[in-house]
Amino acid sequence: MAFLEVKGIEKCFGNLKVLKNIDFSLEKGEVIAIIGSSGSGKTTLLRCLNFLERPDKGSISVNNKVIFDAMDPTTQRESEVRKKRLHFGLVFQNFNLFPQYTVLKNVTLAAELLARERPNYKQEKKDIIKEIQERGKMLLSQVGLSDKLDYYPHMISGGQQQRVAIARALALEPDILCFDEPTSALDPELTGEVLKVIKKLAENNTTMIIVTHEMDFARDVADRVIFMDDGVIVEQGSPQEVFGNPKEERTRQFLTRYNKV
Amino acid sequence: MNEISVIISRLSGSFLLNCRLFIFTLLFSLPLGMLIAFGSMSRFRPLRWLMRTFVWIIRGTPLMLQLIIIFFGPGLLNMSFSWPSGDSGRFVAAVVAFVINYACYFSEIYRGGIESVPKGQYEAGQVLGMTKSQIFFNVTLLQVVKRIIPPIGNEVITLVKDTALARIIANKEIIMMAGEYSNKGLIWPLFATGIYFLVFVGGLTILLNWVEKKLGYFRV
Repeated sequence: MAFLEVKGIEKCFGNLKVLKNIDFSLEKGEVIAIIGSSGSGKTTLLRCLNFLERPDKGSISVNNKVIFDAMDPTTQRESEVRKKRLHFGLVFQNFNLFPQYTVLKNVTLAAELLARERPNYKQEKKDIIKEIQERGKMLLSQVGLSDKLDYYPHMISGGQQQRVAIARALALEPDILCFDEPTSALDPELTGEVLKVIKKLAENNTTMIIVTHEMDFARDVADRVIFMDDGVIVEQGSPQEVFGNPKEERTRQFLTRYNKV
Repeated sequence: MNEISVIISRLSGSFLLNCRLFIFTLLFSLPLGMLIAFGSMSRFRPLRWLMRTFVWIIRGTPLMLQLIIIFFGPGLLNMSFSWPSGDSGRFVAAVVAFVINYACYFSEIYRGGIESVPKGQYEAGQVLGMTKSQIFFNVTLLQVVKRIIPPIGNEVITLVKDTALARIIANKEIIMMAGEYSNKGLIWPLFATGIYFLVFVGGLTILLNWVEKKLGYFRV
């Protein structure tokens, strides 16, 4: 069984069926790029994986453990969902950094709050906090922002903010890191620095699912590409297959439209 | 000369009632407004409906009328409850009316402030495994505070001047005191009361500006 197994996911908003019977799997260390036009359900799929939406049907398992099953209400309890969503990290299209905290605090906040639940927190508070701080600094140096630790989000550029968001998502060591169009809100000249960071993560075997409109980037960084249209996975395969020789007519249409733009 | 200083000291003494009413009102209405705000945002429909109707009634009727109803209501309706006799009863009734009135205004400001925090802030907290209360206290609260300081400041400044309405149920506040002189033909004490309000509001304005500046280190 694969590391992540998504089976038969369906999601409706009112009468609109946004996801129809989505099946896919992901191996550890693999990078999947999800492409498709707006409204095809890519973002909703990511949001389902991160428990921001609750699928109407289907199941999600990570590492052979069912973490969500629409038929089984015990997998949907609020208290458990909170723990289980930590399997996933999510980087948002518009960063969603916390404006009142410094760059470093943005990265460490969640870990600090989570540490309070450790049984030895009271005795070893100082060491635990220090360890979290060190890790935060390390992550920020990984995304090239060591010199911005004490800045507030509004003081840095969009590309830098998105890199902070990536460090923040990594801070809790998620098994699978998800990106929801991470460069769509950025000026063209700023997308490069973000893509470079993601590429570096891919080289370090980070397991990732990337929803993107950057076709060249998807081809470059992904091990597998999924093309979605109208709530279904139309086609998936290696970047060479999907971009070089798409089997489905819909994929071909989408890609030609893209090349023209 | 002697008479002037007597009048001034009596005006100052009666202004203390305005100040006390101001402080008690804020002390209770700021937290009560938060409860009403949560009620009016509740997912439990009857509670939400009840709270919004209550806010509508309180904001839709004059504070002066509310003072009269709260003070005289229990007696007129032959309720077993009655206000303590004398000055303290009048003051407590005024505090109750002011607290209810201002809590409703504050609740709407809170609600606006909470609802104006982008959804992405909650979601960012959620995907980082925070609990609902952690998200509220660590992520949204300060952003809400920053957004609501200007409108809250407006209400607080209005409250300073509204305290003069307490005279309608015979609380001897500053304007009532000055009125006693103007009834006798001495008009300047009434004008002088304006200075008290101006100075008080001036101090508040400085305080509010300071708080706004303190929260200026981040942008929402």
